[in-house]
Amino acid sequence: MRPAELRDHERELYYFQLRIGFAGAVVLVAFALLFARFFYLQVVQHDRYASKAEDNRISIVPIAPNRGLILDRNGVVLARNYSAYTLEIFPAKVHDLERTIGELGEVVEIQSKDRSRFRKLLAEARTAESLPLRTRLSDEEVARFAANRYRFAGVEIKARLFRQYPLGATASHVLGHIGRISTRDRDRLEELGVEANYRGTDFIGKAGIEASYQHELHGTAGVEQVEIDAAGRGLRTLARTAAQPGNNVKLTLDVRLQQIAEDGFGERRGALVALEPQTGAVLAFVSRPGFDPNLFVDGIDPANWDALNNSPDRPLNNRAIAGVYPPGSTFKPFMALAALELGKRTPRSVIHDPGYFVFGERRFRDSKPGGHGTVDLYKSIVVSSDTFYYQLANDLGIDAIAGFMQHFGFGARTGIDLEGEASGVLPSPQWKKKRFRQPEQQKWYAGETISIGIGQGYNAYTPAQLALAVATLANQGAMYRPHLVSQVENPRSGTRRAIEPELVKRVPLRAENVEFVLRAMAGVNREGTGARAFAGAQYTSGGKTGTAQVVGMKQNEKYDERRVSERLRDHALFIAFAPLESPRIALAVLVENSGFGARAAAPIARAVLDYYLLGKLPAAPNKPAPVEDAEEEESD
Amino acid sequence: MELARNPLRSLTAYLAEGIDGTLLAIALAIAALGLVTLYSASYDQPGRVAGQAANLAVALGAMWLVARVPPQTLMRFALPAYLFGLLLLVAVVLFGDVVNGARRWLHIGVTRFQPSEMMKLALPLLLAWYFHRREAGLRPLDFAVGAALLALPVLMIARQPDLGTAVLVAAAGFYVIFFAGVGWKLLAALGVLGLASLAPLWGLLHDYQRRRILMLLDPAQDPLGAGYHIIQSTIAVGSGGLTGKGWLHGTQTHLEFIPERHTDFVFAVFSEEFGLLGNCLLLVLYALLVGRGLMIAANAASFFARLLAGSIALMFFTYAFVNMGMVAGILPVVGVPLPFISYGGTALATLFVGLGILMSVHRHRKLVQT
Repeated sequence: MRPAELRDHERELYYFQLRIGFAGAVVLVAFALLFARFFYLQVVQHDRYASKAEDNRISIVPIAPNRGLILDRNGVVLARNYSAYTLEIFPAKVHDLERTIGELGEVVEIQSKDRSRFRKLLAEARTAESLPLRTRLSDEEVARFAANRYRFAGVEIKARLFRQYPLGATASHVLGHIGRISTRDRDRLEELGVEANYRGTDFIGKAGIEASYQHELHGTAGVEQVEIDAAGRGLRTLARTAAQPGNNVKLTLDVRLQQIAEDGFGERRGALVALEPQTGAVLAFVSRPGFDPNLFVDGIDPANWDALNNSPDRPLNNRAIAGVYPPGSTFKPFMALAALELGKRTPRSVIHDPGYFVFGERRFRDSKPGGHGTVDLYKSIVVSSDTFYYQLANDLGIDAIAGFMQHFGFGARTGIDLEGEASGVLPSPQWKKKRFRQPEQQKWYAGETISIGIGQGYNAYTPAQLALAVATLANQGAMYRPHLVSQVENPRSGTRRAIEPELVKRVPLRAENVEFVLRAMAGVNREGTGARAFAGAQYTSGGKTGTAQVVGMKQNEKYDERRVSERLRDHALFIAFAPLESPRIALAVLVENSGFGARAAAPIARAVLDYYLLGKLPAAPNKPAPVEDAEEEESD
Repeated sequence: MELARNPLRSLTAYLAEGIDGTLLAIALAIAALGLVTLYSASYDQPGRVAGQAANLAVALGAMWLVARVPPQTLMRFALPAYLFGLLLLVAVVLFGDVVNGARRWLHIGVTRFQPSEMMKLALPLLLAWYFHRREAGLRPLDFAVGAALLALPVLMIARQPDLGTAVLVAAAGFYVIFFAGVGWKLLAALGVLGLASLAPLWGLLHDYQRRRILMLLDPAQDPLGAGYHIIQSTIAVGSGGLTGKGWLHGTQTHLEFIPERHTDFVFAVFSEEFGLLGNCLLLVLYALLVGRGLMIAANAASFFARLLAGSIALMFFTYAFVNMGMVAGILPVVGVPLPFISYGGTALATLFVGLGILMSVHRHRKLVQT
């Protein structure tokens, strides 16, 4: 080896070892620093920390606040709390869970659904958590367990507050439900930086108002200082900062109106949203079928969960805001207004309706064979002429239609104070470009515009959107954000905070055009397709019937023919407002697979309006209107 | 032959081949203290001690295997291990499980593990290999490349988010760069740059991470929330006093005031029950372990072996310092386990594989030097 290279190598090694020495020095300094800190804590400050540890015989126990109530607009309680005893197991402290549960079963009644629910909770639980095995113990059971307590380490009886929904399934999609806090919920609370406030809390809103107003309803946790013995058992309470209960939430709903609306559906599936046009207050909000939120209160058992989750009726689906449907002919008043505003039609424009409209090679048929003869704009709404709107849609073009409908909130979330709202689809060439991948699918065909005119085709809106559009029309173009909560009240101080109506926008419209469309809708209820449902009404009202074709039948449903034919039936729709002169209520009703809107949906609207305007109860409550085959000669 | 006449001795000799008795003795002493402490910490979960003992057995096996691999062979694994680690980190982003709000775990068949753990060794391995290849004339540019190779996995881990592991991996990489001979001036410049980047880094942190750092300044501000860990662990350490409250007699531990008392806060349990004397014993053991590691590095045969061994030795130091500093309330709460003591199989395996590498380096120290 050449000396130079060797020297180089040695020098390099020397520098490396220098650095090793430096690192060693840093390590010693760092450990000395730690030693100094230990010395400070354990010798200098020892007395202080020793007494603190002694004080730590005083355990800080969080107190979960009472959850706020949910009330209807008249103060009727829709969600409240009650206290009950639960039998809870701390899994980490129990050696043989199955045996312990078996032995507990000899002392208190434990059903198989309790076991399966407990197993589910165990699978989802964080490690250090006590889990309820049985809830709502009777006094006798509590006494029996207390006598046997010595046998069960890690098992305790606790008094807890439970949520209760006294009216059962009524307004279930508004109220939603609570459930045990999941790991995901914990993560979200941590993200929000409020996990400390939830330390003693077991339940959280999972859907509906319970979820969207969770932070109002929850309240502020209290802290209790409990003296504990060496084994950690509580001896006595030394001090406590009381929890501050959650705020009460008052809804805009009138629960009696809500019940009338719900009863109107009978066993049928569907949705209804009724709004106060001047404020956006939701007066009734129905999605059927509903569910009993009480089932969720102490952890839903798997059998009930499967029943709810796997039912073909999808009772957990909030149809009013998450279901999207073609509006059918309820779209026509908005089309008529578009024609007037954009100057494509005048009230005096007349067409001849032969019962079909020819576009290129295709013939679009009217729902009335033979047509309505001579039709003007007014008549087109009253008798619901399809041919008129095929032509109109063709004359307006898709861009003009989409541009106009957007003003009324079609295809956009209404911003209602619930989670899980769908946006629906306002069809346009831009939408198609975004929605599809294949170039030939992305192209908008002029033929597709035709059926848009009668509310079919790609049109897909939520019942809430439809109701908001009607309310906006009835309110001369002033759109208010729909909201379910009117005020939030602090139960301690009694201070109330009102939720102010929020003007979203003013659609620029000419008053005489709005007036014309509203009058034509009044004609529907007086002499048109809605006349039968509104016969003898003691108030003026406007309406529009609609029937929406069900598309996209699934292949695998074919084997059950009776069922298929039921699910393939058209959806019935009805939109309405009343009174005509100064509308106080606007609504949209949808009844799934029930055929003509006039027959299935309009009577529900009538019942709601009768009660809201006159305080009149339906003549024969609970009697569902007969669903007849759609063979009858009847126009929607 | 003597060997043939005494098969037991020949087996022992075979097993002991390449094992550095000093290192092993120190590590096992610490691990034994760990099992004793875990026994006390897990009075309500009796399975923990047996579980940790099993983890220890697996880790020892891994160490034994690695100790028999010469450094030259290890070098060949450097690039593949690093790339594989990066791939796994990407896989975590795509398919990882979320636990406690962080996406860190990856499922493989029946079990799952944290790929970030692997980077603790793969990164120093790669950097040592990189600098070894360029040993002849290291230029500032090489250090820049090294820094980039370091930054990539560290940022990915920090994004999971797992600040603790990110800090450890970054430290392991930095030590290699330091031992490779980066200039003091450049180092000072890096330090200034690092301090300057604290402000924008602050913006990247998650809310809970920020709160943990702020908590250090005033833990009493939120006794139920983020400050709870620090308050309770400081009380545990302080109340331990000079000699401790005695094994199984820590009130903080047994009344469940110490959170995470099996894992990140196990040192609070130790400190409460064994006091300042126990802490000194532990500090001495760690110092001996690190010292032995640095010595092995100083005598290592190749540039690669030197860098790797030095980095691993200082890695042990970093683990111990950050964890004990956190429990004693002078460093922010980050998820760093106490080496050889905290409950957990992956971390233990990483540590013992590190020991195995040190042993391999030590065994081959003379091959080239002569």
